[in-house]
Amino acid sequence: MKKSIRIGAGAGYSGDRIEPAVELAEKGDIDYLVFECLAERTIALAQQARMKDPGAGYDPLLEARMLAVLPACAAKGIRIITNMGAANPEAAAARVRDIARSIGLQGLKVAAITGDDVLATLRGGDYLIDDTGEPVSSLGDRMLSANAYLGARPLVDALAQGADIVITGRVADPALVLAPLLHEFGWGMEDWDLLGQGTVAGHLLECAGQVCGGYYADPGVKDVPNLARLGFPIGEVSSDGTLVITKVAGSGGMITVGTCKEQLLYEIHDPACYLTPDVIADFSQVSITEDGPDRVLVRGGRGRPRPPTLKVSIGYVDSYIGEGQISYAGPGAAARGQLAIDIVLERLRIRGVVLSEVRSELIGVNAIFKRGPASHEPDEVRVRIAARADSLAHAAVVGNEVEALYTCGPAGGGGATKSARQIVAVLSMLLPRELAQAAIHFEES
Amino acid sequence: MRLREIAHSRAGDKGNTSNLSLIAFDAGDYALLERHVTAERVKAHFSGIVNGDVQRYTLPQLGAMNFVMRQALGGGVTRSLALDAHGKCLSSVLLEMEIPDR
Repeated sequence: MKKSIRIGAGAGYSGDRIEPAVELAEKGDIDYLVFECLAERTIALAQQARMKDPGAGYDPLLEARMLAVLPACAAKGIRIITNMGAANPEAAAARVRDIARSIGLQGLKVAAITGDDVLATLRGGDYLIDDTGEPVSSLGDRMLSANAYLGARPLVDALAQGADIVITGRVADPALVLAPLLHEFGWGMEDWDLLGQGTVAGHLLECAGQVCGGYYADPGVKDVPNLARLGFPIGEVSSDGTLVITKVAGSGGMITVGTCKEQLLYEIHDPACYLTPDVIADFSQVSITEDGPDRVLVRGGRGRPRPPTLKVSIGYVDSYIGEGQISYAGPGAAARGQLAIDIVLERLRIRGVVLSEVRSELIGVNAIFKRGPASHEPDEVRVRIAARADSLAHAAVVGNEVEALYTCGPAGGGGATKSARQIVAVLSMLLPRELAQAAIHFEES
Repeated sequence: MRLREIAHSRAGDKGNTSNLSLIAFDAGDYALLERHVTAERVKAHFSGIVNGDVQRYTLPQLGAMNFVMRQALGGGVTRSLALDAHGKCLSSVLLEMEIPDR
């Protein structure tokens, strides 16, 4: 059994840079390369794609990523774990098998993990949505997808059965990192403190560049070198759970106590109670100390027995949002921008468009942190009006009325843009864990 | 002084809940943060944005606190009308809060 392993994080979201993952594979001396690519509503959108084409529904960058990293990973025996399967892990695994063959890599075992899709279970049952207290059935045919957050277990099984590449749909993000730790170190599924510390490792790594100084720079206060060549992180984990976060020497960015603290608390609520399918992790006693240049030592994650339920994300068609923007500059810009807003809001009333929610603002003045009128005379403003409607046609009126300011609005408006889109939103609920049964399917190149 | 002089922050989002970390650059300044940056002050700072409760969690060994703000993201990241639907910018807005000098 190994004493320690090195896990590289090759993506923090579906559109992330690809070169840092290649750098990890080629120069990172890593054992595993993990790609976390599923945001909250990504599966719902992927499910829409799969409904149109049964062979679709996995991450659009799957092919580009695999083509980029497979040669180095295969040459060095680096195993890949990713949730890029999205709404169709089996199709993704078949695609990766074909990609491997196309570049002459034979004998690679690709595992697809399924079982997170609980849409049929929810449609056939009587469940309540936690966010709203309404029954799931109230969503009717607006419900597109329902996916349970699976834990590390099926991934560990796939690794034990020899998978070189493991492709999942919805699993808890930290499980992508926890799985190789369980597999390599023989940790038990009830070693709560080890599972808690492994979850710390997964949480620090899951946003890739964000622990390496990405999303950290604030010139003059927090300067970060060479963000254009940001390196992605490596978690060096020992069999007792001790974790060092580091990166490839010479890559951009930096790993400091500060970058690790920001990432530890990212998207955390009660630090003593971080719920995952594998463990209730306790980050409240974690210590973070420097261990050399671009090396930070992280210890003290703990855990308690896992909850009896799994979180389920339900994707559904919520509404339609229409939006328009237009700019004004020079003396009186803010006043003309405000006049533009007043005109459009009146036009929407005159036309009788049914809008359940309307938001108007001046970008650069009060769009992010609303504090009423401008406190100074801005050099330029950008009007933004967004509204929610029950049809795409009604939503489109918003942008059209903003655009019509060109000929019917205040002087000097420029750069109008408009959009109208269907909004697929996400609600969550808890489901008894036995109702989501994982399965593993293998492909071989 | 502004919080930005002694602390840094990152925003996270889950549904309609935003969380903001607040981390002292120097461990010696943590007590000052704990004294002055209460959940009530943070709620007042974000009045008009945060419609629910604000809860504060402390991690003294990291010189850090975590503020969890409910009903803070325009009904939820995936359906919000806001320009910054994730509330990513709110961390920087927190850092403009004034507290007494050391």
